[in-house]
Amino acid sequence: MHTDHLLRTWSCILGVAALAITGEVLIAAAMRRLGDLDHLRTGSGLRGYLGPVRAVLSSPLFLGGAFCMALNFFALLFTLSVVDLSLAAPATASLTYVGNAVAAKMFLKENVDRRRWLAVLFVCVGVVLLAK
Amino acid sequence: MSHRLKPSQYAILASVMLTASVGDTLLSHGMSQVGPVDLHHLGMLFHALANPYIIAGIVLLIGFFASYMTALSWADLTFVMPATAFGYVVVALLSRFWLHEHLSVYRWAGILLIVCAVGFVAGGPSRTDHEPQHHELDVMDLGAGR
Repeated sequence: MHTDHLLRTWSCILGVAALAITGEVLIAAAMRRLGDLDHLRTGSGLRGYLGPVRAVLSSPLFLGGAFCMALNFFALLFTLSVVDLSLAAPATASLTYVGNAVAAKMFLKENVDRRRWLAVLFVCVGVVLLAK
Repeated sequence: MSHRLKPSQYAILASVMLTASVGDTLLSHGMSQVGPVDLHHLGMLFHALANPYIIAGIVLLIGFFASYMTALSWADLTFVMPATAFGYVVVALLSRFWLHEHLSVYRWAGILLIVCAVGFVAGGPSRTDHEPQHHELDVMDLGAGR
């Protein structure tokens, strides 16, 4: 019974994290390709935001990422109904963060330097402590 | 790439931190009112969309999404991710004092460690592009600026 509960808790958390990593890497790739959104503004005031919004919505990378994030949202809603928020929120977010660091280096070719890996390590230990 | 962020960019990062944590807490409060959802009754998730806390949570998370994407347009993914980690502190305080969940010493320590991790990353550059491949273009740009 207890192992069942643990298995369900962590498979929920891992599923949410995997969807988030895929979504965020796709969205980060889309935004990186678009560049600083301020430069895409078509004028002053609210209407000026039409340019960035149009550019973002017509990016296939963004649409793929948004689909993953939508799935992630419903998976998170489901998870929050079976797992405490103070465990589910930091655990999914930290696992997402660790996965993102690896994915950012592999797919986005970001320069993940020593201090960023150290941050990943701290987050890993933090997650283990959170699960206690 | 400049290491210094504009005040508007700090505001975007602050909005990323606050909207995500408060939005998650509202969702959790809403879901505790809706009750447990199991795999055979996934329709309950759509029923949850009528709850005011869930709606408020969704609105905040849309705000999070907009500010998060704006941040990603000028910063690395590995820079923005830990910048949101202050949200864990907000989540912990909200779930402790508003949702009245119990936080053990271990969980507090875990949260503290994650916050420390932010410090390592925040001191570095926000974007780590590779060295420019076309050096001659940069030289031309410099000439055009004169």
